[in-house]
Amino acid sequence: MFNNFFHKLASPVHFYRISGRLIPWLGAGFVLLTMAGLYYGLVKAPPDYQQGDSYRIMFVHVPAAWMSLFIYIVMAGAGAIGLVWHIKLAEVISISSATVGAAFTFLALVTGSIWGKPMWGTWWVWDARLTSELILLFLYLGVIALHNAIDDKRTAARATAILAIVGVVNIPIIHYSVEWWNTLHQGPTVTKFDAPSIHVSMLIPLLLMAVAFKVYYAMVVLMRARCEVLERERHTSWVKQLAEPQ
Amino acid sequence: MSISEFLDMGGYAFYVWTSYGITLVILVANVIGPLRLRRKLLADITRTARRARKNT
Repeated sequence: MFNNFFHKLASPVHFYRISGRLIPWLGAGFVLLTMAGLYYGLVKAPPDYQQGDSYRIMFVHVPAAWMSLFIYIVMAGAGAIGLVWHIKLAEVISISSATVGAAFTFLALVTGSIWGKPMWGTWWVWDARLTSELILLFLYLGVIALHNAIDDKRTAARATAILAIVGVVNIPIIHYSVEWWNTLHQGPTVTKFDAPSIHVSMLIPLLLMAVAFKVYYAMVVLMRARCEVLERERHTSWVKQLAEPQ
Repeated sequence: MSISEFLDMGGYAFYVWTSYGITLVILVANVIGPLRLRRKLLADITRTARRARKNT
């Protein structure tokens, strides 16, 4: 039964139908989670004893930064699956992740910069965390540019998958940069081995926003993947039927 | 807490609201993008199909 389910899901027609039904629910979930996260983050949580209210930028900055890494791993992982097993849907998910991943990386950089100005006194420093995150943005843009430069979809998918997989080396560098180098960026407060050094009143909105961004990514990647499927399958009868229902 | 106090964000209003504003713009743009792309693709596929039928 399970095999049958996955086989059906991997077929373009079923993927297009199932994802179409899923997207509105993901959208509703994202809106609800975000409203809850913003309420607890902007209204309920107390000001920080050192940073005052400026720390509230964290509730978009940190989830955006987590997403930039998470989406990259999905993009490279799906690319690898497409490369090894020639699963078209994996190729589609991989390339559909690039734009939204670049958006979250850009968001992490910009909100970090805006947070850095009042707290560090500068918009930008060339320290390890910031520089490696900037390289991540260039990797995403490289993947998008490479994909656009190759007309044949399968060749493009193979080339971008290889670029994405090579770029994975940057992920642990970003994650451990605050430990390996003496950076201006603060260390992790949530994923420490002992208890997280963040108060629960700030942890709740942070986690709500993190889940909200995950749901958002799922929604947007499905929307993009549907477009990619339409484009790849544009000469098949089911797409023609869809475009011109008789 | 009053509304104006809330909006002031302890004096960090510019930084906090700019961050949230940019986040909103980018998240909305990433939804509109694929919506418009899908509409464009479907219209394009329809046009190609019509042209093909005319030529046969």
